[in-house]
Amino acid sequence: MTVEDERPIEDAQPPEDGRPIEDDQPLEEHAAVRTAGRHLGSGSQMTRADWIRLGLRGTGQTLITAGVVILLFVVYELWVTNIFAHEEQVKVHKQLEKEWAEGTDPLAPGKLTLPNGKQGTIPTGIGIANLYIPRLGTDYHFTIVQGTDDASLERGPGHYVDTALPGQVGNFAVAGHRVGKGEPFLNLDHLRPGDAVVIETKSEWYIYRVKGNVQTGDLNNTGADGIPGREIVSPSDVAVIAPVPDQPGTTPTEKMMTMTTCQPKFTANQRMIIFSALSRVVPRVGTQLPKELVGGTL
Amino acid sequence: MYVWIWRHLPGNLSWKVLQVVLLVAAVSALLLFVIFPWLEPKLPINKVTVNQ
Repeated sequence: MTVEDERPIEDAQPPEDGRPIEDDQPLEEHAAVRTAGRHLGSGSQMTRADWIRLGLRGTGQTLITAGVVILLFVVYELWVTNIFAHEEQVKVHKQLEKEWAEGTDPLAPGKLTLPNGKQGTIPTGIGIANLYIPRLGTDYHFTIVQGTDDASLERGPGHYVDTALPGQVGNFAVAGHRVGKGEPFLNLDHLRPGDAVVIETKSEWYIYRVKGNVQTGDLNNTGADGIPGREIVSPSDVAVIAPVPDQPGTTPTEKMMTMTTCQPKFTANQRMIIFSALSRVVPRVGTQLPKELVGGTL
Repeated sequence: MYVWIWRHLPGNLSWKVLQVVLLVAAVSALLLFVIFPWLEPKLPINKVTVNQ
C-alpha cells in the first residue's frame, strides 16, 4: 500500500498513442495515463504479461492479508479476550461480595431439597465461591461461577452443574480456560501433590489438597482410593467429574474437587484434570484468612 | 485491491496516509470486536470442559 505499488501498473500501460512518457510531459497527460491505468481490469489493452503480473500481485496481497488477519486473531485470543473476561470476572466478584455482605448465599438453592426430591437450581453465570491457589501466586484468586457454558466460562472458572457443591461428599468439579478468556487455569500444570486449593464460600473456607504422592512429588501416584493428582484424558472422558472420579456409578464417600482445562496449551486435543481432596474446613470469620494463604490465621 | 484503494483516496500524500490509518483501524476493530467473537466459538480451540 505504498506509492511504489502503483508504478508497475502505469509502467505496463503505455499511453494510447504509443509515445513514451517523458518526465517533462504536461500534467494533463499524466492524468490521462492514470485514467488508462485505472481501466487495467477491463482487459481491453492487457498483454499476457499484464495478466500474469496482476495474478501474482493479487495472490501476494491475498496471502499477506490472510497472514495479517491470522496474526490479529492471535492478538484477539491472547489479549483482547482477557480484557473482556477480566471485566466480567470483576463484575461477578463484586456481586458475590455484595450478596455475602447482605447475608445471601448463592449456593443456598443448591443445598435445598425440593419436595420432588431434586436439588434446587442455582442460576448459571452467577458467582458462587472464591478460589485461591497459593502455588499459582499469592495474588491468585478467581470467583467461580455456576455453569460451564461458554458465557459462564468467560466470566471465570465454571462449576459443572449437577456435581457436588464445595465441601459436599462427591466431586466439586470446575472447568476453566487455559489460554485467553481470563486464563484462570493457565498454569494448572504447576500444581504439585499436597498443594492447597482454597475455596471460600459465604460461611466456610474449604481447603482441598492436590492428590498424588507428597513425599515423592509424583502426581500420577494413585493413593489408597485409586485417584491420582493429575490425569490427561480425552475430551469425552466424563468419568473424571463423576462423584467418585473415574468410577461412575460408585457411591461417593470422599469429598473431592476436580479441575479441568484444555491440554496442551492452545489446543483442545486433550483435557488436563487435577484431583484434590478436602483436607480441612474452617468457618469464615470476618476478613480473616486461613493459614494456607499469606497472612492467614484461621 | 490495495493499489485501487490507494488511488481512489482523495487528497495529498499525508491526507491519504491518515485515511489509510483510519481504514486499517476500522477493519481491525471490525475483526476484533465483531467477526472474531462470532467466529471463535465455532472453532474447536479453547474447549476446556469434558463433554456432558
